[in-house]
Amino acid sequence: MSATAAVRERPRRTRGAGLGLLAWLAGILFFLPIAWMALTSFHSEEDAATNPPSFGAALTLDGYREFFGTGGGASPWPSLINSTVASLVSTLCVLLLALPAAYALSIRPVKKWTDVLFFFLSTKMLPVVAGLLPIYLFAKNTDMLDNIWLLVILYTSMNLPIAVWMMQSFLSEVPVAIIEAARVDGARLPTVLTRVVAPIALPGIAATALICFIFSWNELLFARVLTGVVAETAPVFLTGFITSQGLFLAKVCAASLVISLPVLAAGFAAQDKLVQGLSLGAVK
Amino acid sequence: MTATTTAPTAAAPSVRAVKRPSNRMRAWATRAPLLPALIFMIAVTQLPFVATLVISFFDWNALYPNARRFTGFANYTEVLTDADLRQSVWTTILLTAAVVLASLVLGLALALLLDRRFRGRGIVRTLLIAPFLVVPVAAALLWKHVLYNPEYGLLNGLLHYVGGPQPDWISNTPLLAVEASLVWQWTPFMMLILLAGLQSRDQQQIEAAKVDGANDWQVFRHLTLPHLRRYLELGALLGSIYIVQNFDAVFTITSGGLGTANLPYTVYQSFYQAHENGLASAAGVLVVIGSIIIATFALRVVSSLFREEASRA
Repeated sequence: MSATAAVRERPRRTRGAGLGLLAWLAGILFFLPIAWMALTSFHSEEDAATNPPSFGAALTLDGYREFFGTGGGASPWPSLINSTVASLVSTLCVLLLALPAAYALSIRPVKKWTDVLFFFLSTKMLPVVAGLLPIYLFAKNTDMLDNIWLLVILYTSMNLPIAVWMMQSFLSEVPVAIIEAARVDGARLPTVLTRVVAPIALPGIAATALICFIFSWNELLFARVLTGVVAETAPVFLTGFITSQGLFLAKVCAASLVISLPVLAAGFAAQDKLVQGLSLGAVK
Repeated sequence: MTATTTAPTAAAPSVRAVKRPSNRMRAWATRAPLLPALIFMIAVTQLPFVATLVISFFDWNALYPNARRFTGFANYTEVLTDADLRQSVWTTILLTAAVVLASLVLGLALALLLDRRFRGRGIVRTLLIAPFLVVPVAAALLWKHVLYNPEYGLLNGLLHYVGGPQPDWISNTPLLAVEASLVWQWTPFMMLILLAGLQSRDQQQIEAAKVDGANDWQVFRHLTLPHLRRYLELGALLGSIYIVQNFDAVFTITSGGLGTANLPYTVYQSFYQAHENGLASAAGVLVVIGSIIIATFALRVVSSLFREEASRA
C-alpha cells in the first residue's frame, strides 16, 4: 500500500517541480523587458546601443542626469509636478464624491440602487474619444486649454465610476448588524462612520485611491490634446523625449523607469485588492 | 372580515398625509449623498457626448469656421465609405480581438501555473504583475526603441547570439508589433482575474471528482473550465473595453502608420491634425456604438457575477 503510494507520488512530485520551474521561467520572461530597461538605464548611450547587447558594460548615472535636465535638456520637474497634482487632487476629489455615493448605494441604499450603480458603470464604457472634441472646444472657448485643473476634472470623471463600484463593494462588506448594534447603543452617525465603518472599509478605500492614482498618472490622450507647455504631464513629456538627434536609449530607459516608479509602487501596495478593483468589485 | 380590512384602509390616508413630508424628507436625505457624484458624472460625461452627437451632423472644419453647415448623415456616409476610416474600423476589431484572445490564453496558462504551490510563488506573481504596472507610454517606448529596434534592440541582439535573422519588426509586422506589446501588458490583468476565479473553486468537489477517478484533464475540462467561464467572459469584456480605446501604443509605436491606425487614433488625428470636427465626431459616435454593443454584454456578465456575490453574502 505504502509502496504503491510512493511510486505514484514520485512522478507527481517531479512534474510539480517541473511546473514550478516553468512558472519561474514565465515570470522571468515577462519581467525580462523591465529588467533590461533598468540595466540599460544605467549604461552609457554607447553601451546601450550595441548589437550584440553589452550585458556587462560599466554602470553610470548619465542616463538619469540627462533625464533630470542636468545634461542641458528640458527639465522633467514641471511635468512630474503637474502629473502629481493632477493625480493626487483628482484622486482626492474622487474619494470625496465616491464615498458618500457608495454609502448611499450600500449601507443605506436608495431605491433602485442597482440601476444607479450600473449607470455609473455605463459611463465608463463610453470611450474617451466620444467626448474629446466638445471638451476641447469648450476648453478653447473658456481659456481652459493647457490648464492642469481641467485635467483634474476630467480625471475625476474618468475614475469616479470605478471608485463608486469598488467602494460600494468594500462598504457592503461591513456587516449591517454591527452598524445597527452601534446605533442601538446610542452612537450617532459620525461616530458610526469613523469608529465602525472606517476601520473595516479603510484597506479597500486605500486600494481604490491607489488604483485611481495609477489611472490618472498613466493617462495620455486627454493630456496630449488638452495641455501644452504649462500643464504638460509626465506621459506627454515622455512622448516628446525622443525628438533629439543621436543616441537616446539609456536616457529613455531612465525616464521610463522614473515615470513608472510611482505606478509600480502604488500597484504593488494595492496588490491584494488589485483584482477586485480592476474588475469593478465583481471578482473578490 | 370586510369590516376589519376596510377600517385600516380608511384610516391609512390620514396617517399617510401626516407622514408624507417626513417620508419625502427621509428619501431625499438618503439620496443626498449620491447626488454630487451623479450630477458631476452627467455633466462631465453625458453632456459632451450629446455635443459630439450634434456636431457629427455638421460639416465643420475648424480652419473654416464660417463654412459650418448642417449636413445630416453625410459625415456618417463619408466615414463608412472612406477607405482609410473603414480600414481603421477593421484595425480596431483586429487589434482588440487579437490582444484580448492572446492575453486571455496566456493569462489562463499563467494562472494555472500560479494556482499550484511552489517555491517562490509570491515572487513569480510579483514578476508577472510588473508589466501591467509600467506606464503605458513608457511600455510602448520600451518596446519600440529598446526591444524592436532593428540595429540594437534586445530582440535582434538575442537573435544575433543564435545567428538568427535581423528583421525590422515594426516595418515588417507593424500591427503584430503593437499587439505584442499590448499582450505583454494585458496578460497580467487576465491572469489576476483568472487566478481569483481558480481560487474560488469548490475544492471539495474537485477532491470528490479525483476520488471518483477523474484525471487532471477531466477535472479541468468538466469542473474548472465551466467554473472559469464567467471569469473568462469578464476578463474578455473588460479587456475589450480598455483595448478598443487604446491610444498610447498605436500613437507611440507606429504613430498610426503602416495600417495600424485604430478608431481612437483616427478620431484624434482627424480633429487634432486635420481639424475635421464633423468627421471626427461621426467617427467618435461610431466608436460609441461599437462600445455599447460590447458594453451590453459586459454589463450582463458583471451583473450576473454581481448578483451571485450578493446572493452568497
